[in-house]
Amino acid sequence: MLTIRNLRSYYGRMQALKGVSLHVKEGEIVALIGVNGAGKTTLLNSIVGLVSSVTGQILLEDLDITHHSPGQIIRRGVSLVPEGRQLFAPLTVMENLTLGAYHRYRREEKSRIKSDMEAIFERFPILRERQSQVAGTLSGGEQQMLAIGRSLMSRPKLLLLDEPSMGLAPLVAAQIFQIISELHRQGTTILLVEQNTGGVFKVSNRTYVLETGRVVLQGTPEELLHNREVKRAYLGREYKDVRE
Amino acid sequence: MSMWNPQFEGMAKDELRQLQLERLQATLNRVYRSVAFYRKLFNQVGLIPEEINSLEELSRIPFTSKETLHQSYPYEMFAVPLREVVRLQCTSGTTGEPIVVGYTRNDLVHWTEVSARVLCAGGVTKDDVVQICFDYSLFGGGLGFHYGAELIGASVIPGSNLDPAREVLIARDYRTTALVATPGFGVRFAAAIRKKGLSPADIYLKRGLFTGEPFSDATRREIEEELNIKATDNYGLSEIAWPGVAAECEKKKGLHIFEDELIPEIIDPQTKKPLPLGKKGELVLTTITKEAFPLIRYRTGDITRFDSSPCECGRSLIRMEKAAGRTDEMVTINGVSFFPSQIEHIFSQIRGVEARSCLVIDRRGDQDILKVLVEVSEEVFFDEMKKLQDLKSTVEREIHRDLGISAKVTLAEPESFARKTEGKRVIDKRERAAGGEPY
Repeated sequence: MLTIRNLRSYYGRMQALKGVSLHVKEGEIVALIGVNGAGKTTLLNSIVGLVSSVTGQILLEDLDITHHSPGQIIRRGVSLVPEGRQLFAPLTVMENLTLGAYHRYRREEKSRIKSDMEAIFERFPILRERQSQVAGTLSGGEQQMLAIGRSLMSRPKLLLLDEPSMGLAPLVAAQIFQIISELHRQGTTILLVEQNTGGVFKVSNRTYVLETGRVVLQGTPEELLHNREVKRAYLGREYKDVRE
Repeated sequence: MSMWNPQFEGMAKDELRQLQLERLQATLNRVYRSVAFYRKLFNQVGLIPEEINSLEELSRIPFTSKETLHQSYPYEMFAVPLREVVRLQCTSGTTGEPIVVGYTRNDLVHWTEVSARVLCAGGVTKDDVVQICFDYSLFGGGLGFHYGAELIGASVIPGSNLDPAREVLIARDYRTTALVATPGFGVRFAAAIRKKGLSPADIYLKRGLFTGEPFSDATRREIEEELNIKATDNYGLSEIAWPGVAAECEKKKGLHIFEDELIPEIIDPQTKKPLPLGKKGELVLTTITKEAFPLIRYRTGDITRFDSSPCECGRSLIRMEKAAGRTDEMVTINGVSFFPSQIEHIFSQIRGVEARSCLVIDRRGDQDILKVLVEVSEEVFFDEMKKLQDLKSTVEREIHRDLGISAKVTLAEPESFARKTEGKRVIDKRERAAGGEPY
C-alpha cells in the first residue's frame, strides 16, 4: 500500500530524516518507534504533505505522492491522526467529525457522510452522548477517540496515528490500543508512531526503530523483543546493564 | 514439493527489492554506528551509509574478505556488545587465524529458519528421520542443521562425525530417511553399506542433503545410484551461515539464494567490478538481517554464476550454480582463466585416464606454457605405444576444445606421478620468476 524509499526531510537547513525506506502492506499495522527527536512525527507529516522540503519517493499503491499537497493526499485515502490530537477545541464533537469529511462535501455525498458519522457513533458510543458538547471539554481518552473518528470520516485506506496513547492514563491507553487493533481487524491499514512500546508490540505486525533520522532496526515484535538494545532504550528494562 | 516460508521464498521481485533496501540501509546504519572497522572503511572512501539509496549503489562500498576478518580477530567486527551474544562459533582456520562468529538470539532464530528452508528444499518433512553426520562443534554445520531439522519437526539423530560403518548401523536400526553430510561422507557411507554386505534396500534412506565440499555431478550420480536416494546440494559458509546461504530444490537446477537475508553479487575477481547477470565470477555476500556479526560485501572466494529464470518449485529467489572452484585455485594461462577441476572433469570423461592430474605452468618469453601431468593406470602404461599416443592426443584435443588452450600432456604411472607432483594440483613456476601472486 505504502512504499517509501530514501526519504529525506528538512526543516530549513536542519535535516530531520536521513534516507528512510519502509513499506506498509495492505492490511498491516506497522509501528515506528524511537526516542524523542528521532524523526517519527516528521515521517508521518512528510507522508501527508505537511513537510514541504522532502526528497525521495513516497508511493501510495504505485502512485508517487511525494510532492502532492495535503488536500490531494487525503483524497487519495491517507489520513493522519496528529500528535496531541489537534482537535478544534471550541467546536462541538459533531462539528469536528463533520470537518473530517470536509473534502467530501463538494462531491454531494451528504447521505453517505451521514451514515459514516452514524458508524463512528456506533464505534464510539461516548461520542454520540457528547455530540453537541464542545471538544475542549472532553477527557483525554474521549478526545483521542474523537481525533480518530474525525480521521475515519475521510474514509482512509491508510490511517496514520501519531502517538495516540500520549498523555493518557494506562487504562485509557489500553482502550485506545484496543480500538486500533479493532480498526485493523476490520481492514484498515495502519502506520502507527508510538513511545509506548509495550502497547505497540501487542498490536503491530512489524516495527521499525528510528534513530536520529535513520532506520536502525526492523522486524516483528518478537524479533525486537529479543533485541536487548530495544529493551533497554524503550522498555526501561535492564537498567542495571545500562549503568554498568 | 513445498517451501518452508513461502512469504519470503516466493516473494515478488519488487517487494523483495524493497525489503532488501530497507534491511540493507538499517544494517549499514548499524555497522557505521557500532563497528569501528566499518566506520573507518566508509570514511576512507568518503561515504556515509545514508548515501546508499539503491541496491546498485552497494557497489560503492569496499569489499571485506577473510583477511579483514583475520585482522579483526577475535571481536573487532562485532556490532553488538558481547553480552548480547548468545552463541560463539568459529571457522576452521585452515588459512591462518580462525575467525570468531557471534550470534544474538535473533541471529539464531534466523539461522534456524534458513536451515529449515535448506532441509525443506531438499524434501525433508516432519515425518523424516534425519541423521546429521556433521561435527557438532565450533564449526557450525552440525548444530545449524540440527536446529533447522528440529524446527521442521523431524526426528533428528545427531550422528556427528562417527565412523561411516557406525553411521550405517544407526541409519539401518533407527530407520533414517534423510542423510545430511558431506559428499565425501556420502561416498564412504555407500561403501560402508557394501562392506557390511547390505544393500540400499536394507536401509530406509530416501534423500540426502550434501554440503561442505565441492559436489560434482559424477559424485552426485554415484551417491544417488549407490544409495538409491535423491541427493541435493546446499551451500553456506561459517562466516555467514552454514547451512543457510543457498539450497537446491528437488528440481536440481541450481541453488536458491536466500535473498531476504543476504544480498548476493558476482564480481570479476581480478578487476573487482560487478559482472552482469549470468557471467561467472566470485560470489560476494552482504548480510542484511545479522545483528552480531554483519558482513558487508564479503568476498567468499567461491566461483559461480547466477540464474534468475523462474524455477518450477515456485521459489522466486535467484539461483547460483554450484560453486565451480575457489578464486585462489583459479589458473590463468595467456589470459584464459580456468580451474583445475575443469581439466579433471575432462579427464573423467575419457576412458583409461585417472582423474588425478597436475598442472605445471611455466613461462617462456611472454608465453605461458601449460603442461598437464596425468596419472594413468599401470596396465595402460605398459600397453602399446600407439595407444598411449592416441590417448595423449585425445586429452590434448579435448582440453583445447573445452577451454581453448593448448596443453602438453605427459602421462605418468602412479609412482612417478606422486614423486613429480608432491601431492599438488597446480605447480606454477611463473610465480617464482615474476615474484607476484596469481592475483
